[in-house]
Amino acid sequence: MVVPILKQSDVLIASIQAALTDADLLQLRDDLLAKVGQYRSRGVVIDVTALDVMDSFATRTLRSIAEAARLRGARTVIVGIQPEVAITMVQLGLVLGAVSTALDLEEGLELLGALNRKDAPGG
Amino acid sequence: MVDEAREGLEGELLVPIERDPDVVTARQKGREMAVEAGLSGSDLTLIATAISEVARNILVYAGHGEIILRQLERNGRRGVCVIARDEGPGIQDIPLAMQDGYSTGRSLGLGLPGAKRLMDDFEIVSEVGKGVTVTMMKWRR
Repeated sequence: MVVPILKQSDVLIASIQAALTDADLLQLRDDLLAKVGQYRSRGVVIDVTALDVMDSFATRTLRSIAEAARLRGARTVIVGIQPEVAITMVQLGLVLGAVSTALDLEEGLELLGALNRKDAPGG
Repeated sequence: MVDEAREGLEGELLVPIERDPDVVTARQKGREMAVEAGLSGSDLTLIATAISEVARNILVYAGHGEIILRQLERNGRRGVCVIARDEGPGIQDIPLAMQDGYSTGRSLGLGLPGAKRLMDDFEIVSEVGKGVTVTMMKWRR
């Protein structure tokens, strides 16, 4: 299951459509990091609304995408974590660390705008 | 993918865990069985996630194994039983493996202790050189 990545001005939007295997998650990581360079993106939004499970591997991979994208100059926001998934992550002891999250795509794009304005010289 | 999950005994389902996509199949089948057993809401996600953790452990540490899913009924209460079984190298020190953050593989070390927190009953049996069997249950609330 390849995750489609859309480019919208200086932001990449990865919309996960269905359950992902560990290999799919690693593919998403590599694709996103390559595209950040290719399109000179300043932000990445990963929409996980369709994920019914966020286990330790998925969480770790999303965290590493966000950290690596940051090293490439792009901010990442994870959006769409479902309520049951959030409850489960808390019980499992999973944390996203410094990774930003937002309720949905719209809020995620807004947050990215705010984060990048804050980062801008003189901002 | 789904065809590989073949019916075992009545009300029992065996999912071979040999490749990456089998982990996804196992947790989807576990969720379906939990629905049949009358569980709902976040319990379905808890079960699917616990299955994901133990199924991945099979792949990472033993290479292959199986997940057995069973419906339960005890004193009129229904639930689901998940058995994760492999014939891999086994676990040397179970109390250590059950500690948060301990891992000899590629994980966060939250797999086994995390799965235990998500389920109602959890038991792990291992003999070094002979494999690991994790048995866990979740009951309808």
